[in-house]
Amino acid sequence: MRKWIIFGLALSLSAGCAKRDDVIKIGEYGSLTGTTATFGVSTKNGIDMATEEINAAGGLLGKKIQVIVEDDRGLADEAASAVKKLVTQDKVVAVLGEVASSRSLAGAPICQENKIPMVTPSSTNPEVTKKGDYIFRICFIDPFQGEAMAKFAFENLKVKKAAILKDSKNDYSVGLAQYFAETFKGLGGQIVAEESYFEGDQDFKAQLTSIKGKKPEAIFIPGYYTEVGLIARQARELGLNIPLLGGDGWDSPKLTEIATLKKPGDALKDCYFSNHYAADDPNPVIQDFIKKYKAKYEEVPDAMAVLGYDAAHILYDAIKRAGSPEGAKIRDELAKTANFPGVAGQTTIDSARNARKPLVVLKIGEGGAYEYMATVNP
Amino acid sequence: MQEFLQQLVNGVSWGSIYALIALGYTMVYGVLQLINFAHGDVFMLGAFFGFYFSRWTKIAQEPTLFGFFATLLFAMAACALVGVIIERAAYKPLRERPRLTALITAIGVSLLLENGGQLLFGVDPKFFPSLISETRLYESANLVISNLPVIILVVSLALMLLLRFIVMKTTIGKAMRATAFNREAAALMGINTNNVISFTFLLGSALAGAGGILVALTYPKIDPLMGLLPGLKAFVAAVLGGIGNIPGAVLGGMILGVSETMVAGYISSTLRDAIAFALLVVILLVKPTGLLGSRVGEKV
Repeated sequence: MRKWIIFGLALSLSAGCAKRDDVIKIGEYGSLTGTTATFGVSTKNGIDMATEEINAAGGLLGKKIQVIVEDDRGLADEAASAVKKLVTQDKVVAVLGEVASSRSLAGAPICQENKIPMVTPSSTNPEVTKKGDYIFRICFIDPFQGEAMAKFAFENLKVKKAAILKDSKNDYSVGLAQYFAETFKGLGGQIVAEESYFEGDQDFKAQLTSIKGKKPEAIFIPGYYTEVGLIARQARELGLNIPLLGGDGWDSPKLTEIATLKKPGDALKDCYFSNHYAADDPNPVIQDFIKKYKAKYEEVPDAMAVLGYDAAHILYDAIKRAGSPEGAKIRDELAKTANFPGVAGQTTIDSARNARKPLVVLKIGEGGAYEYMATVNP
Repeated sequence: MQEFLQQLVNGVSWGSIYALIALGYTMVYGVLQLINFAHGDVFMLGAFFGFYFSRWTKIAQEPTLFGFFATLLFAMAACALVGVIIERAAYKPLRERPRLTALITAIGVSLLLENGGQLLFGVDPKFFPSLISETRLYESANLVISNLPVIILVVSLALMLLLRFIVMKTTIGKAMRATAFNREAAALMGINTNNVISFTFLLGSALAGAGGILVALTYPKIDPLMGLLPGLKAFVAAVLGGIGNIPGAVLGGMILGVSETMVAGYISSTLRDAIAFALLVVILLVKPTGLLGSRVGEKV
């Protein structure tokens, strides 16, 4: 990839400004390193796969697609400068990213200001697409996710008293916790404790001990996989053996590695989280994708990879329909996306530039394997 | 009541880590009046040395008690070596310069280790293998004591007692105390103060290395910046107990660990750090030399 960028740079330098249109430049920003590194890496894998497919089939508008990737190291201010660089220096025609809502919220205003369409594959906080009419997402939003998990806890798991442990500096986590609590209380359940932590914390025992004293039947932890794994371990060490529940931020190949006390993933055994797709879904579209992905990257794709792949294809399709790399035209076509056959379900962009899609509830079973539990339709 | 006891157990095991790191700060300060800001990063190196050692030797795959102690000793030895190298390369040439020069150098060394660590180990967090599998020692409805906090506490206390023995009962310990009291006079009495100072760094860094391994047992996420906040907190602990005073560092570490846990457990985890530092301000207002510190009297 770096070679490509250097090559592209050398090309544009040698040819001056005359021939900078041999490729269609797409920007991508994500956390390739840091505590949410698998989010960025998986998304990049998915986008790379989609890009290679389009390029192998002749490219877009008669040109090859070139994706320029910026690593924001999982920091919101780095995300803002990454997007600024992509938009102002690299002159990309559209931007793909981010996974974490806090980072998408940092990048979105810059895309909006410069009238460059941005498609986030997997940011679920509702505020993201409210940043302007150039900001799109291809996944469901947190009110739906929080509601689904609250219903699942109350109806399927028969939980009457739940506790919440959220990352209080993270927009995604705070929002999801709020939607969960609203629905859970509305159903007649009780939130007996609400504690918080910060991303990067090591010790959660004080909060967990205090939660344990309130005797909940489940804990909702709308965080990202690194902290969730550590929290699960410490909860079990404190003898807190109730189910833990969460959202799509749990999904990472690293999750069960972290949540390991004696056997792989044992700290999260019989815990549940909502996700964008289930890898054991027999749907041939999904199974074909998994086969292709495994052949290339030697692991089962997580939801971020699937959504990265879908987001790239949806964007490329919109550019193709627009017939021009102009921001406003791509924007109009993105808004018209309807019934696009993605791996993670059919995607239709609504008037608020969000996608309405079903979610799946997964259970973490023996050996850290995910088991499909239920599908919830919007 | 049992919940309170549980929080106390959490706090003491967290505090004993602070205490181990604080000992290194306090010893170096006692002997050199230098605040070694790189100390927290030596703690980080300890965790990484242990991580790679346990992988290379395959201890990580089949954890045994012997394997744990081998990893602990390796990390301590490697950190001791790093500590001596840092002292010889960065601080010794500046020993006769104003104290501020050495302080700035210490910050430089700290940044070097953090960024060098990111280059060498990568930015992504790594996960320390469970070298000791967790078992329950005591279990009731609201109080669970597992072996890990007990091991942390026992190993920390053993190392502290060993340190106390070295400082109080051995010849080199006597030389350390003499150097701390008055370096010129000690040199005139025939003490090789250069070696004594190196030895101080060796001891302090070995303790930090041990701290790295002990932390990684219960808090397995390790990354090149993990030493930053614990290093800062341990420095607070050292000042709290009276910088330059060994029992003071232990006391300060325990107070800080327990108060942080209590604040997070009973008030709010958002206030965790704020209250820890507020405590420092209050104690220093009442007793400017720290809890056990005194202007004259024994240092080190």
